[in-house]
Amino acid sequence: MKKKCIRALCILLTLCILIGALWAAGRVLWPKYLTASPEGSLTAEYYADVAEVSHDVLFVGDCEVYESFIPAVLWEQYGISSYVRGSAQQLVWQSYYLLEDALRYETPQVVVFNVLALKYGEPQSEAYNRMTLDGMAWSQTKVNAIRASVTEEESFLSYLLPVLRFHSRWDELTAEDWRYAFGAKPTISDSGYLMQTGIQPADSEGDDALHETLTDPSLPASALSWLDRMADLCEEKGIALVLVKSPTNSWRYWWYDEWDQQIRDYAAERGLAYYNLIPDGEAMGLDWSQDTYDGGIHLNVTGAEKLSVWFGRILSQELHVPDRRAEEPYAQVWDGRVSDFYDRWASLAGSGKS
Amino acid sequence: MSLPSLTFLVFAALTLLVFWLTPDRWRWVVLLIASLLFYGAGDWWYLPFVAVTVLTTWLMARWMGQRAARDEADLNARRADMSREERKAFKAAGKRVRRRMLILGLVINFGLLAVLKYTGFAVQTVNGITSLFHAAPLTVPSLILPLGISFYTFRSTAYLIDVYRGKATPQGNLARYALFITYFPAVVQGPISRYNDLAPALFGPHRLNWGDMSAGSVRVLWGYFKKVVVADTAMIAVRAIVANAGQLRGIYTVILILVYSAVIYGDFTGGMDISIGLSRMMGIRLTENFCYPFSSVSTQEYWNRWHITMGAWFTDYVFYPLSVSGPMQKLSKWGRAHLGRAVGMRLPVYLATLLTWFLTGLWHGAAWNFIVWGLLNGVIILISNECKPLYSRFHTRFPRLASRRWYTDLCAVRTFLLMGLVRSLDCYRDVPVTFRAWVSMLWDFGSWADLTNGAVIRNLGLSPAVWVMLGLSVLMIFAVCRADKAAQTAGRAPLAERLSEHPVRWAMVCGGLVLVVLLFGSYGIGFDASDFIYGQV
Repeated sequence: MKKKCIRALCILLTLCILIGALWAAGRVLWPKYLTASPEGSLTAEYYADVAEVSHDVLFVGDCEVYESFIPAVLWEQYGISSYVRGSAQQLVWQSYYLLEDALRYETPQVVVFNVLALKYGEPQSEAYNRMTLDGMAWSQTKVNAIRASVTEEESFLSYLLPVLRFHSRWDELTAEDWRYAFGAKPTISDSGYLMQTGIQPADSEGDDALHETLTDPSLPASALSWLDRMADLCEEKGIALVLVKSPTNSWRYWWYDEWDQQIRDYAAERGLAYYNLIPDGEAMGLDWSQDTYDGGIHLNVTGAEKLSVWFGRILSQELHVPDRRAEEPYAQVWDGRVSDFYDRWASLAGSGKS
Repeated sequence: MSLPSLTFLVFAALTLLVFWLTPDRWRWVVLLIASLLFYGAGDWWYLPFVAVTVLTTWLMARWMGQRAARDEADLNARRADMSREERKAFKAAGKRVRRRMLILGLVINFGLLAVLKYTGFAVQTVNGITSLFHAAPLTVPSLILPLGISFYTFRSTAYLIDVYRGKATPQGNLARYALFITYFPAVVQGPISRYNDLAPALFGPHRLNWGDMSAGSVRVLWGYFKKVVVADTAMIAVRAIVANAGQLRGIYTVILILVYSAVIYGDFTGGMDISIGLSRMMGIRLTENFCYPFSSVSTQEYWNRWHITMGAWFTDYVFYPLSVSGPMQKLSKWGRAHLGRAVGMRLPVYLATLLTWFLTGLWHGAAWNFIVWGLLNGVIILISNECKPLYSRFHTRFPRLASRRWYTDLCAVRTFLLMGLVRSLDCYRDVPVTFRAWVSMLWDFGSWADLTNGAVIRNLGLSPAVWVMLGLSVLMIFAVCRADKAAQTAGRAPLAERLSEHPVRWAMVCGGLVLVVLLFGSYGIGFDASDFIYGQV
């Protein structure tokens, strides 16, 4: 009996130590997304932000939201409290679940969804899945988001035990991995906006070499069904869902007339507002020789500033998002964030980093 | 369902749980269901093929058994009325009938193996020949190759032959026999257990005990360590060399021989450790298949220690029957008459050896590299045999040498390198490419400086840290093997067995192995972890 007890105790203790060791190893091996692929940090940063102040506008979508809309500028110009829950190649069902996740903490007045992701009806890339989902706080919503997103090569278990996915990083660990394994990481975004200060002018309007051939003119039905779910969720919570298409240097730059028409029809059918901002580029003052950091695919900070000023007016005047600059709890937090935003801009511009 | 996969781990854990929760008399049914599920998980179309093997060999064996029993009974009843010659003729008639049944069973099963595994190879060979005459090539058929067909065919035919020879009693229960053939830890990569060895373990009483559980679990984890940490990691470097075989210098062939030895050892013995360890956890003892092969001081010893059950199969069912067969005896007689006594005596043995190794090569894979690999092994063994008098004279002159540790180690290194060289045929999978790689070691070796300045290491897809980890892992395996072999010589139990006496140490070893496998193993996204190499046979 004594022997059996000792064996059972050994097994139990080993299991406990093993689980602890695997958890600790996972923390160390988990990519910190600071120096490389900072987009991977965006999802997690939301929780600290919403703990300070709630948001009236929530942006969801792919790189076209976190590189285009600057909450600090929206506050500064219109007193709008907003947050960008964007991530790299965020798929529409991920946007849905990130929104559902955000609704556990707050209920915004307006949700802005960037429609580019509607082109994907199937899970695309493990790396982007990781960058979007790893930072989500654990809840049933995250479980559902993982289930909806995993590619064939992925397993749900590797999200539960990140060491199973990132174990191979053991020979490429840097000081950063150890430093931030258990402690808080520095914030890399400004309320979800990921600043890019570099300039790489667009060579021509709609570089044909980068232009994908449209083989199927219709957007995937599965993507539209997720948009339906998002619209239903917003309707249920009394939130105005707004669809946007962020500007690129050409109307036909990875966005097509056929898709645009489908979104217009969809928005009309569901009674949603849809703003295709591509044709408004000139009116908002975008200069594609200055306002892009990657040849016209994404905006840099000057371009995003112009777009934010333009879209802020829509939010404020057409969608009646309140100006909260006079409200003390908001003002105190947001003034600090605006100051941080300009500090970061100055710092990045001064250091020559993009 | 691959053995290194998470699915298999969950499957094995569930099977283990259900196995021990089921009353003893039904445990074999649990194993049968698990085995069929495991087998079917690969592809449900595999099941009809294994079913044909199970059914035909079971029926043939049963008929042979019934016929033998009936003959025996008849003979006993009529013994008094029969003369000695009549009894002899009666026995011979019965044996002829049983032999026909045996041959039918063998033809069906080896025929199935030949068609499914070798048709493509045969057509490709024919196309190769006819292309010399500019003839239109035949279409290479794409046939299904049931999982582990080479293994279960050998296991079932061995059973059939053993029943024919009267060494095994036919199994009356088809389901039990199906379990013997499809037993999941051994169906994909062996060991090729004999019915008399495995059946009592499968159907006999099983008692849950700590010794089996602890030794089995350590063995399983050790197997995963060898496979996932060593073999699959080293395989990355091997693939890098093989992919650029034509452009690389001789130094890379040397590295390939060394690294591929780690791959194949980790892969084969690791797989076997998992099979044997898992079986042990269910109280089932499987035959050991590898016994410190890299400590062998000669090729013959190496093959007595490497894939033991396969070697034994070929010895018992090919080499010996062939050596003493009528045609061979005639050949020997002819040889003695025309070529002298020494040559005449050697002829059947040499021919049987070469034929056995030809078939061994062919069994390993339907390709010329395997055939050449097999024949080379045969030739090396024959040359070693011929050199025995020379060795004898040498040892007579230096009598104390054989007992010196450094000398036996030197012999072991020589055997290891020789076998590694021959094994590289399996790795390159192309005979001319392999021969060119061998020649490059002599004529275009490159510079050792490439090795010391890290150029070679960098080209092989592994970081310096991974090389260090790999080196330490190989050292650890070496140390454990050495300790276990010393324990075996001293009549003590191996390390894994002794750990059961010390629960704390057992727990530390298990926990440590799990951690090492999970952290340093080559698995998951980004790795193309190969399935067990013998699983592809």
